[in-house]
Amino acid sequence: MSTLLIIEQVLNGLQFGVMLFLMAAGLTLIFGVMGLINLAHGSLYMIGAFAAAAVAGATGSFVLALAAALAVAAIAGALIEMTVIRRLYGKAHLDQVLATFALILIFSEGTRWLFGSFPLFLDIPDYLSGPVTLPGGIQYPLYRLTLIAVGLLVGLGLWALIERTRIGIQIRAGENDREMIAALGVDIRLLYTLVFAIGAALAGLAGALVGAIQSVQVGMGEPVLILAFVVIVIGGIGSIKGAFIGALLVGLTDTLGGIFLPELFKLFMEPGAATQTGSALASMAIYILMSLVLIWRPTGLFGARA
Amino acid sequence: MKKLLMATAALALGATSTFAETKIGMITTLSGGGAGLGIDVRDGFMLAIEQSGRDDIEVVIEDDQRKPDIAVQLADKMVQSERVDILTGIIWSNLAMAVIPSVTAQGKFYLSPNAGPSALAGQGCHENYFNVAWQNDNLHEAAGAYANSAGYSNSFILAPNYPAGQDALTGYKRTFAGELAGEVYTQLGQTDYAAEIAQIRASGADSVFFFLPGGMGISFLKQYADSGVDLPVVGPAFSFDQGILQAVGDAALGVVNTSQWNKDIDNPTNAAFVESFQAEYGRLPSLYASQGFDTANLILSALDKAEVSDADAFREALRAADFDSTRGEFKFGPNHHPIQTIYAREVIKEGDVFTNKIIGTALENQADVYAADCKM
Repeated sequence: MSTLLIIEQVLNGLQFGVMLFLMAAGLTLIFGVMGLINLAHGSLYMIGAFAAAAVAGATGSFVLALAAALAVAAIAGALIEMTVIRRLYGKAHLDQVLATFALILIFSEGTRWLFGSFPLFLDIPDYLSGPVTLPGGIQYPLYRLTLIAVGLLVGLGLWALIERTRIGIQIRAGENDREMIAALGVDIRLLYTLVFAIGAALAGLAGALVGAIQSVQVGMGEPVLILAFVVIVIGGIGSIKGAFIGALLVGLTDTLGGIFLPELFKLFMEPGAATQTGSALASMAIYILMSLVLIWRPTGLFGARA
Repeated sequence: MKKLLMATAALALGATSTFAETKIGMITTLSGGGAGLGIDVRDGFMLAIEQSGRDDIEVVIEDDQRKPDIAVQLADKMVQSERVDILTGIIWSNLAMAVIPSVTAQGKFYLSPNAGPSALAGQGCHENYFNVAWQNDNLHEAAGAYANSAGYSNSFILAPNYPAGQDALTGYKRTFAGELAGEVYTQLGQTDYAAEIAQIRASGADSVFFFLPGGMGISFLKQYADSGVDLPVVGPAFSFDQGILQAVGDAALGVVNTSQWNKDIDNPTNAAFVESFQAEYGRLPSLYASQGFDTANLILSALDKAEVSDADAFREALRAADFDSTRGEFKFGPNHHPIQTIYAREVIKEGDVFTNKIIGTALENQADVYAADCKM
């Protein structure tokens, strides 16, 4: 196993991690500020990808497609917040899970009704396709480097929004004491809709960015949603910083685990069995990581202490 | 649902006739990621039933959502309360393993339009289980044979870690004469293959074989095309079927894949099938649709000879496989799996549509190796 391969795999892990972060950031904000478990977050990811594929198909412009993904997902998010989610804030988590699970089914079948059951085409634009050679002779796809950059920029922007702006102060205040900030004259309903729309837009962006290298199909959001939940549990619920660190940890563990565990087993097993056992264990690696973190810190890495 | 209503309407009309009713239960994947495959099997199947003009057949269609537990519940419901005579439809091998042994043990017939796990072809074979598509290994064995003829000597191979994935790599290794540069099992449903592609790049292979059905294949091919690795790729038809080629786009052009069916196989049944499928559904059929169509026609041919209630006679009629297949000649081996020719196809572009063209024969009259273990 060469150093080059290891560096390339670390880049892959980072890229996977920052995309997970886009999903997890919205999820953790919504859970932290509103106390709501939103299973339909994966549907917003799918909506972003489908909006991007439709617009890219009609106009041929990837930038417009990304803009459409952001806008459509944000609007869809704001709409479901105002019609469905708003009724769930005071309710038990079980009601929230049931209602948002229903939303998954509605969005999946709605998308199938609109676009059909076959996957849609969304490709990387020409100016971002193909590999570039990094220092040290590593060949790496330019698009994946772009994803890392976009993810880091969004992360930075989100941090600035939360820490440096008035809306950010209100969001943080809402997390700590929602009655008090309502009493101080902040329109809490508008704030909640806004937070939900920001989370939705981030999920939509992730869906569109990832959709270009994967397949745009109904149900694409659910596997990512599960990982995003693992990320926010590891990072500590409600913490953007936690979501960032958690996402990178999960991305790296998943990618590197998939490579090194089979290699490790090959040291003392015959290759066929080693790949099978190694792969099986690698798919558990992030859950093992989650349990270890929870044993060490029951509220996650950056979660509020009870 | 429309089809279901039509079948029910046909049932109402036929109520006065003297025919005995035949009830067929179809459990297939109609929602979620793998829905395209199930929809093709269903549409191909229902096309054949409609074309037969028979009004004494009722088809009950249910969606398994690609979940083994749901498939098992549906099978129980179909056997116990719907009282179907024949079951069919399952796409995925892990679901097939959960359902087929139990329904055949209850005396029902099961005809597989897709999944053909090795466990059910060898010691686990059953007199009431017929596979109309292929044994899982077949198309992969053909890919291995094609790789030999193309002069590849060092392949990197990958497949998801589930029964059909293990069968796939076993099948390829059985016929491929060269060395393996690497062998990787991915997760079922995995969408990012950056890590595997990096391993391919570092492995020094001269060719890549992969089995990644449905959306997994789309993701892999797009990422592979973008990675700058330009080794030739071979695979079974499952990542190059009509339903997903349009989503892969240029990344698939020129890739050689192996299939027991293609739309340009030259026989009257196939020509009529391709034309009527396009007329009915407004899209080109895939190999899954052809498998659904053949399954229905096999059932129809057996019903012409015997009633399902006479299980021994019906089984003999199925075994005779006396129907016009879209693949031309069709016959069953001793374990009720097809013995058939498997072709090498190349992905081409016809106008704006990506599709496949046969470029040669990969394996002729291929049976499966598990038949010898089957005692029935």
